Amino acid sequence: MTSRMNARFAKLKAEGRPALVTYFMGGDPDYATSLGIMKALPEAGADVIELGMPFSDPMADGPIIQLAGQRALKGGQTLAKTLDLARDFREGDNDTPIVMMGYYNPIYIYGVDKFLDDAIAAGIDGLIIVDLPPEMDDELCIPALAKGINFIRLTTPTTDGKRLPTVLNNTSGFVYYVSMNGITGSALPDPSLISGAVARIKDHTDLPVCVGFGVKTADHAKAIGAAADGVVVGTAIVAQVAGSLTRDGAATPDTVSAVSTFVRGLATGVRSARLVAAE
Amino acid sequence: MNETPKPNSFRSGPDEDGRFGIFGGRFVAETLMPLILDLQAEWEKAKTDPVFQKELADLGTHYIGRPSPLYYAERLTEHLGGAKIYFKREELNHTGSHKINNCIGQILLAKRMGKTRIIAETGAGQHGVASATVAARFGLPCVVYMGATDVERQAPNVFRMKLLGAEVKAVTAGSGTLKDAMNEALRDWVTNVDDTYYLIGTAAGPHPYPEMVRDFQAVIGQEARAQILEAEGRLPDVVIAAVGGGSNAIGLFHPFLDDESVKIVGVEAGGHGLDGNEHCASITAGSPGVLHGNRTYLLQDKDGQILEGHSISAGLDYPGIGPEHSWLNDIGRAEYVPIKDDEALEAFQLLTKLEGIIPALEPAHAIAEVIKRAPKMGKDEIILMNLSGRGDKDIFTVGKILGMGL
Repeated sequence: MTSRMNARFAKLKAEGRPALVTYFMGGDPDYATSLGIMKALPEAGADVIELGMPFSDPMADGPIIQLAGQRALKGGQTLAKTLDLARDFREGDNDTPIVMMGYYNPIYIYGVDKFLDDAIAAGIDGLIIVDLPPEMDDELCIPALAKGINFIRLTTPTTDGKRLPTVLNNTSGFVYYVSMNGITGSALPDPSLISGAVARIKDHTDLPVCVGFGVKTADHAKAIGAAADGVVVGTAIVAQVAGSLTRDGAATPDTVSAVSTFVRGLATGVRSARLVAAE
Repeated sequence: MNETPKPNSFRSGPDEDGRFGIFGGRFVAETLMPLILDLQAEWEKAKTDPVFQKELADLGTHYIGRPSPLYYAERLTEHLGGAKIYFKREELNHTGSHKINNCIGQILLAKRMGKTRIIAETGAGQHGVASATVAARFGLPCVVYMGATDVERQAPNVFRMKLLGAEVKAVTAGSGTLKDAMNEALRDWVTNVDDTYYLIGTAAGPHPYPEMVRDFQAVIGQEARAQILEAEGRLPDVVIAAVGGGSNAIGLFHPFLDDESVKIVGVEAGGHGLDGNEHCASITAGSPGVLHGNRTYLLQDKDGQILEGHSISAGLDYPGIGPEHSWLNDIGRAEYVPIKDDEALEAFQLLTKLEGIIPALEPAHAIAEVIKRAPKMGKDEIILMNLSGRGDKDIFTVGKILGMGL
């Protein structure tokens, strides 16, 4: 299995704090700017990077990520270029795990085997493919695991105790608990419900459990971080990108710094989480 | 060794994972998986439950008006001078199209499952109207997602849905057509999984929808098969239907799949022609990919991004097609051909003038194919075509194109 992912979570465990997992959309609003964002993330305190692969029909995403994908595609982003982003990033950082997140069709069209080979060459550590549930494991999950790429599964409030083992089977790297039924960017649910759900998942697996969907502020990150091994923030970061652009959707000198300032705040929240938990 | 053996029956699919060959499947977010598995279990039970079947049949007879007639189009036949042409008159159903067959079936399932809210997507508005109708009939609130472009070009149906008490949500994301409406309906469903039933209008989407919708629509072909045997004492030589997502077509085709002598033809929207991207001919000009829960033929670019199609008919304006059609195409049991906007428009006018039937623009594509084929066939041959919807909703679109003041 990929050493970067395991090493990172082992290190965080030793430090006694949860991971900050940050999502951004590859190619939003253009290649160079998004590479700048990616490079800025670890320095701002991100522990794991989720690299969004734009798709024309993102059925599980809210409008903010949907629009980011449209900007990226308009800027000429393709799956091949998203792999290039990772490759360019790896020239300066060989420790931060990169998880590619998106939908299956672009990978299917690229060719599963070629994609996996190119992903390994580009330094990718894991995949989150929203529209590939365990019932579809033959498509990509099993080939990915065979080549040593983590396949990270989403579990949701609808994943009951009976189904949980099915979902966790063939999951590796970490488990991504989607804290509510809904699309990305919705409101944050009650943190007390989340700790119960995380405990339920931990009854079935030794993998780290990261929680996402609805985390928008450092306080959210702190509250969720107290209950989980990691906090995933996506929409709120993408919203920082969107808020920094010109009216035509072009990058400005503020785009990268808007993201890193915001992520720095989240990192502070995450780093203070266990102090709360220990009280 | 490498040849796929021919199945003993073309009617046994899908397999338990919802596959028709490589097509179909369940490509959905985890949040939806438990619901889809529940739906499948409920559907399996309902299929063999005599109470369910009786309720379905009763509503078919007394609410939809089944069986729909099989009509010999005498003047069109004479005009074309070849094969005898029969229409399965699905446009005479309550709400004016075949869509109601599926809606009645699914709302009975929704009721069995204890769901209290209905959502649907619609392109031309026919499925939206049918969904709003059954929701009214069963007293459930209904939200219909419709692309903003379609809201504009199908205004009469939007008004109908509102009268029926449905909330019509215009979708501006993407290009504001059927695929975007479907994305938005899926987002609603994933957010409201506990109480909401997603009433998909075509034989596509994640398993069990393609199979379930087909089975609810197969009443078309079952009746037509019996009716043509009654009228002619034999099976037709060709059956033809228009294909967008493909529910009216699979409903007609399925009962004929094992009748080897019957040629099966699906008609796709050729739009402005297949040279550019201004069409919706997923099979003729697309390639296999994964969208909206299933693998099927799609219009897409080389990066796997879905393209916006074009058709004069909002009901055919979808960049995919039901997975069973993709399979029938690949194994060679059915043939899929494109018909362009202008050909459909001519067929629309010809049928109106010759038979006094104003067809919807969707089956007008099938009529255009009949117009091409019939003259080349013998007078002793028979074409059976699904007249899947009436054209009242399209008169404004057609009037505008023809420059007729309304």
